[in-house]
Parts: sequence; structure tokens; C-alpha cells
Amino acid sequence: MLNVQTSEIENRAVKLGTTDGTKVHAKDVNVYYGDKRALFDVTVNIPDRSVTAFIGPSGCGKSTFLRCINRMNDTIPICRVTGKITIDNEDIYDPSLDVVQLRARVGMVFQKPNPFPKSIYENVAYGPRIHGLAGTKAELDHIVQTSLEKAALWKEVKDRLNDPGTGLSGGQQQRLCIARAVAVGPEVILMDEPCSALDPIATAKVEELIDELKQNFCIIIVTHSMQQAARVSQRTAFFHLGILVEEGATNDIFTNPTDKRTQDYITGRFG
Amino acid sequence: MTTERKSLLSGFMPWRASRSEAPAVTSKAAGPQGAKGDLMNEHIVKSYEEELALLDKKIAHMGGLAEHILGQSFDALERRDPKLAEQVVKTDKQIDQLERDIEEQVISMIARRQPLANDLRHVMAALRITGDLERIGDLAKNIAKRALAIAHESHPKPLMTGLRHMGELALSQLKEVLDAYAARDADRALAVWRDDENIDSMYNSLFRELLTYMMEDPRNIGLSTHLLFGAKNIERVGDHTTNIAETVHFLVRGVNIIDDRPKSDDTSSTLFSQG
Amino acid sequence: MTVETAPMATGTLIASRSKQDIQARIAKRYAAERRFRAYGVSAILFGILFLVALFSTILVRGYSAFTQSAFTLDVNLDAGAFGSSSPPTESDLLMADYTKLANRALFQVLGVDPANRADAKAAAALLSANADTQIRKAVLADPSLIGKSVQLTLLAHGNVDSLMKGQFDRNIPEGRRQLSDKQLAWLDKAAEAGFLAKHFNTGLFTYGASSKPETAGVGVALVGSLYMMLIVLLFAVPLGVAAAVYLEEFAPKNFLTDTIEVNINNLAAVPSIVFGLLGLAIFINFMGIPRSASLVGGLVLALMTLPTIIIATRAAISAVPPSIREAALGVGASKMQSITHHVLPLAVPGILTGTIIGLAKALGETAPLLMIGMVAFVVEYPKTPIDAATALPVQIYMWATAAERGFVERTAGATLILLAFLVCMNVTAVILRRRYERRW
Repeated sequence: MLNVQTSEIENRAVKLGTTDGTKVHAKDVNVYYGDKRALFDVTVNIPDRSVTAFIGPSGCGKSTFLRCINRMNDTIPICRVTGKITIDNEDIYDPSLDVVQLRARVGMVFQKPNPFPKSIYENVAYGPRIHGLAGTKAELDHIVQTSLEKAALWKEVKDRLNDPGTGLSGGQQQRLCIARAVAVGPEVILMDEPCSALDPIATAKVEELIDELKQNFCIIIVTHSMQQAARVSQRTAFFHLGILVEEGATNDIFTNPTDKRTQDYITGRFG
Repeated sequence: MTTERKSLLSGFMPWRASRSEAPAVTSKAAGPQGAKGDLMNEHIVKSYEEELALLDKKIAHMGGLAEHILGQSFDALERRDPKLAEQVVKTDKQIDQLERDIEEQVISMIARRQPLANDLRHVMAALRITGDLERIGDLAKNIAKRALAIAHESHPKPLMTGLRHMGELALSQLKEVLDAYAARDADRALAVWRDDENIDSMYNSLFRELLTYMMEDPRNIGLSTHLLFGAKNIERVGDHTTNIAETVHFLVRGVNIIDDRPKSDDTSSTLFSQG
Repeated sequence: MTVETAPMATGTLIASRSKQDIQARIAKRYAAERRFRAYGVSAILFGILFLVALFSTILVRGYSAFTQSAFTLDVNLDAGAFGSSSPPTESDLLMADYTKLANRALFQVLGVDPANRADAKAAAALLSANADTQIRKAVLADPSLIGKSVQLTLLAHGNVDSLMKGQFDRNIPEGRRQLSDKQLAWLDKAAEAGFLAKHFNTGLFTYGASSKPETAGVGVALVGSLYMMLIVLLFAVPLGVAAAVYLEEFAPKNFLTDTIEVNINNLAAVPSIVFGLLGLAIFINFMGIPRSASLVGGLVLALMTLPTIIIATRAAISAVPPSIREAALGVGASKMQSITHHVLPLAVPGILTGTIIGLAKALGETAPLLMIGMVAFVVEYPKTPIDAATALPVQIYMWATAAERGFVERTAGATLILLAFLVCMNVTAVILRRRYERRW
């Protein structure tokens, strides 16, 4: 977070076309809610520094899979996950791995903007504070500012950092949530339908932000809007009835999908 | 907006009676296509499905017209029939109107439906095919005009026969590719694409013949030039047919034809003195 | 095709019915709605009527309790009354015959001859038996007053007070009257002269239990109630909140926790007398805490309030949107952090409201206190929670059974005080709720 220079160099490397390998790797992931099986042998590679979109009809398991990646499913008592998910070749379901640390590495943005009912500053500062990322007030200020800048919100809120975060507009709230996720310096950012509660302009702003963020983060986004998936993502995965039906370059998926179910879904023929 | 909707609706009504036709055509091609699956479910939004079918209907109509005036223009050339030639010019106006119609519909569909995957290819293919058909119509008109210009000159028999053959081949190619489109048959389209070579080689030989003819007697130059342009027009109809074949292939398979296109039109490198 | 014909069919159905038919139906619907509204309004009016009747009765009966008749007398504290030693010793001050001093002052203003024994006795009966205590208190506070003539306001007897408040019927034959004609004449004279008047009744708030209405007050009961409220706060709130947080956030869903949940809900509906029995058995008989102590009362009330607080807290916690919890977990907060940093602060208004409502309920509770012997005649202020004490509602209960005319108005007056406290607590609950309520 603090060595801005190096991250800028990395940015440039990305722009020059440096390839990044797999960031998140899932192999044979199954999820059960009690007796009900929600995901069937999902195997997928998700590249770093790009946007991967999960699409599919409601209840297809895309959100469930997303929530496996930061182990948010742990909070549901009846949920059981088998298989293997690695981030940078590190098994995130390893018993020795601390789930709280994992969630600092894998940020999450939710469907409905959910800022804490606190000030804008406190919203962003909360994560760094509980993880002890800032030693002094000045460092914390710096983290808050850079995070808000990364979330393209700094200009709009810099004069009212002490106003409540819930007083912002829906789009601003969502960007505040992104800033909050970014503040703890994650590697992967999961977004669960981040624009479903936003108007088109706010959606466009968030999409622009996602486009910016992909230079530094591995972004995984669940969306119901096919157009949104087509607009923001480099790769797209289509889930149906708990099965990962097809995964590939977004261009291919949206012009010439190989699986009939994908084609039916994205052209609005699902029956 | 309202005018556009009106035009769509006016297009709807006559077609509605024969609605069952369109799905029947597509399902016929389902067999050989297999996994690729043109055995499509219907759209959840019915009017979308109807608009797509209407697009096909219009293209079929336009294709029919293009075929028709192309044949007529050959006849006009052969029979030196000015009336026929005038009919061709008139029909071409219909084709132009249809092109504008289809273009308008495609634009409105892209704006309102945001088609994806095969629907996107369908709509884009329609746009490209209408463009090609409109050009074919123009070329037929051009041939008809030349027929008018040379109506009062004697036509050397062997030359006319060559031209006639070439025209028939181009016409059958066009017919074939339009069928391939209606049936969503990529293999047939690919065959048409490959057969364009024949038209090109026929044009080559006709070109040489005409050159020789002109060199024999400078008085033939006027007639020969018109005939040469006529041949060139037919050759370009063949090129547009190949374009349509490519479009059909892309529409069905989602990829462009990869192997090099057979090219035997070497007239561009043929020098006058070589004859 | 069927889709297109369906709405047309409905259209013809509606159109086929006559206009009058449709209007009749519409009129009927609106009439039904108006009727329903009228029921609701009358129900509310009925409720308001009863409330107004209740409040006005208490108010009419009770407002007079806040004034008290008293004689303003010049009491001559001549040194001779305080023994022989000069200055008088501590015991001299305590033992002096203050009643005599008071009577002397009264006789003087009424013009009664002390030698006339019958007259003197009748006149002395007009003063409260507490008059001597009042003078003693003044002297003990400032011994330098001895030897001077001091103006003091001395309480009149309860009967005099009743007369002054117009609760006394002079037409009753003298033999059956509490005050004789002579006494009435004196009193009329005194009232005219202005040395007998009604004053604001501070004694109602400071005195303890007494058999004389003019010296009975709710002071001791208030202190007892205060102790109990403190004990309830100290015990029930931390226990209740902790239990609710555990049950709501941590406890696994199984048979045991389900049973606990059901039982907590049932406990909230258990009659309060049962808690009194429980307190008697456990705190007094088993643990040996003294009877009538406000500690026992507080503990019993705490037990009684606990389910209310747990239920309110659980409701408040579950009303916190899960998105806030997810947000906290999403940035890497532990479960504990997400609860203490986010969930509990958001639940505070609900918890506060629940607690205050529970406290208010406990404040007005009488039955369990009767069981643990808090129906005591306590004159002295309890210094610690284990001293004998009484509570405000119990005091009201005791006065309601007393015979004297003065106690009737005191019962209503004390009820007004209790109601004022309850209203204050509820208003506090509303204000706290408003202040801490935040949108999310």
C-alpha cells in the first residue's frame, strides 16, 4: 500500500503486456448446503490482473462459488465445501490458514452498498485499523486517501470525510465499499453483483473503476447483466445448475459460445 | 421511434399468416449441425423471435428479387430487350428500399435487443448480406443498362454463349448461397465459396477472347467494352456471392473461413500485349 | 394465440356487466372500508375515554396531597426549658419538652388559657404529634437559637388538614365529628389571621412510613425503589445482553438452544408472584439475605426483567442487517470484532428501549415484593441495600389500606408520583432511541 512507486512500475509492466499467470485456481470444488449439493466439481483458473465474470441464472451457484474464494461460506453452519481452491498456489482451505487473514487478502464488495453507519473516513480506516496496517495517524490518513483515490471517490468526498458514509448516493456508497475493500491491500477482489442496486450512471462509474482496478488486482465479478459481463470482463464463466458449463475469453463467450446452454442463456432463450 | 415501429409493424402483418414457415426452415438444417445446435429454443421474448424471423423473411425476399433481376438482365442482354432492361431498373429500386428497411430494422434491434452470440451474428449477417444483395442488384442494373446501349448492334454468338454460361453459373451460385443461408448450412456456403474459382476462370477466358476480338477489328471495341464490363459485373456478382457465403459460414460456425480464398482472376496482371 | 385472446375475454366480461351493477359493487366496497375505519376510531376513542377517566380520578383525588396545612408560630425557646446546665448538653437538647413549647406558642395565638385543662387539650390536638420533632430538628441544627423567639412552620393535625382542604363536613353533629365546635372556631380564627395556611408538601417526598397521614411520605420508598432499580441494572442488563448476544450470534442451532429459547419466551409471561416465591426460597431462605432488603427485591426484579431484556436485545440484534456483518467479515474482522464494533452499536437503541421498558415494569411491580416481605413499616432511610426498605408501589398498596382521610389523597398522590417516574422513563427510552437510531 505504501510503496506507491513499485505498484506504478507494476502497472506499467501490465500495460506493456506482461503476462500474469493464474491467481486463483479451483479444482473439483463441491459445495453442499446440508444435503443439497449446490456446486458440482467446479474446476477453473482465474488469471491475475484481469476481470473474470461469473454469469448464470439465479441459483446457479455463481455467488456460492464466489463466496468460497474468501470462505464467506464458513459463516453458514450447514455449508460444506470440498475440493481445493488455491490463491498463488496456497490452499485457502488449509487448516493452518487463518480465515481472517485470508479475508484481508481477498476483499469483497456486496450486492447492496453496505457502508458501516460511520463516517466516510472510518469506513475506509476500519480495515487497516483492525489489521494494524498503520502505525500512526498520518499513515492511516495516507491509506484512506490512496484507497479513496483508487476507488475514484477522493475528489467527491475529500471535504466531507467526517460525514456519514450512509449519506452518500448509492453509486458513491458502492465505491466507498470498494475503497474499504481496497484499503486492506487485497490481492483478489470479489464483487457480488456490485451494480444491481445502482442506476446506469452510477453503474458506469463503478464499471470504469473496475476497469482501472484490474491493473492491480485480480477481480472476480458476479453479475446478472450479460452486457455488464461483456463490458467489463476479460474472461467469462457460465454457471448453470451448479455446474460450470463454459469458461473462456469474454469475446468468445459472447459471440460464439461452444455450449448450447451458454448460447441459450446469453441470447435469452433459457427455458 | 414511432415511424420505425410503424415500419416494423407494417412489415409484420403480411408475414404473420405464413409464420410457421420460418422455424420450419431452420429446423430442417438442425440434423447435420449437431452439437452446434440450431435446434434452438425459442426466445423468452416472443417479439424478439418474431423480429429475427422477419429479418430472414426480408432477406429471402430481397435475395429472390436479386436473383430475379440478375436473370432478367442476362435475358435483356441476350435478347436485346429494352423493356426487360427497364423492368430491371425498376425492380432494383425495390431492392434498394428493402436494403434500407433491413438496415433500419437491424439498427433498431441492436439498440433495443442488444443481441448476443448467435443472435448477434444473425443480425450482423443480415446487415452484411443485404449490402451484398444490394450491390448485386446494382450490378444487374448496370448489365441491363449496357444491354440498352448495345441493343442495336450485332452480337457475336460465341461471345454471347460464354457470357451466358458465366451468368448462369453466377446465378446458380447466388441461388445456392441464399439457400445455404435459409438452411443455415455452412458446408453448402463453403462449397459456393470454393466454386467462385470457376466464375473467375470463365471471366479470365472471356477477357482474353474479348481482347482478341477487339484486336481483330477496332470497330468491335465499343461492343466488346460493354460486353467486357458486363462480364466484369458478373464476376463481381460472384465476388458478392462469395462474401455472402463467408457471412453464412460465420453466422453458422461463428468463425471466419480460414483457408485462402481460391483466386484465379489474373486479369489485373494481364497486359494488352500478351494477347 | 391464447395469450392474446385471454385479456379480450376478460374485457368482454367486465363490459358485459351493467353500469349500475358495477357502481353498486364499488359503493359496497367503499362502505365496507368506511365501516372498518369507524370501528377502529371508536375503539381508540373508547380507550382514550377510559384513560381520561382513570387519570382524572387519580388527579382529582391526588392533587391535594401535594399541599399540607401548617401553623406558622413564634416559638419562644426560653433557656429554662433546656435543663439547668449552660450551655445545655447534647442530652438536654434531645430530652427537652418541645411539645410544651409548641403548645405554648399555639395557645398564645389562639388565646387559650393553659390553665383550662379541657381547652388546652383540645387546642393541643390541633397540632401534629410531629410538631416537637420539627422544633427539635431546628434547635439541633442551630443551638444558638435557644433563648430566642423563633418563627417556625409546624404541621397541623391531619384532621385540621382535612378541614382546610374542604374534605370536612361541618354539618355533621358535633358528637360524631372529629373536631369540636370550639376547635372549629379557633381554626377559623387562625386561618383568618393567616397563621394557619396550606404550604407545598415537601414532607410527601421526604418522610417515611407513618401512622399519621401528615407525616407520611414516599421518601423511604423512593430510596428503596432506587436501590432496586440500580440492582436490576447491574444484574439484568449485563446478563441479559450477554445471553442474547450468545444465543443470537454464537449458539449452534440445536435442540438445547431451541429449548432455551422457548423457555425464555415463556419466562417473560410467568406471573410475577412466582418470581417472588422464587426469591423467598432462594435469596432469603437459602442464601440468608435479610428479609425486606432492597437487595432481595432488586435481585427478584432483575430475574423478572431478564427475559424481557434478552428478548428485546435479541430482536435488536437480529434487526441489524446481515449486510453490516458481511461487510465487517469481508474486510477481515473476526466474528467478535464484527459484533462489538458494528452489531452491538447498531443494536443499542433497541437494547436501551427494551431495558428501560423492563425497568419501568420492574418499578411498578408489587406482587413479588409482597412475597419477600417488603411490605414493611419503614421509617428510616435504608443506608445500604441490605437494610430494610420498601418500594413505591408497595407504599401505595399500604396507604390504600389505611383508614384515615389523609391517606386517601396520599394514595392517589403517590400514584401520581409513580406515574410521573414511569412517564419519565418511557420518554427517556424514546429520546435515547431517537438519538441513537441510525439508518443503514
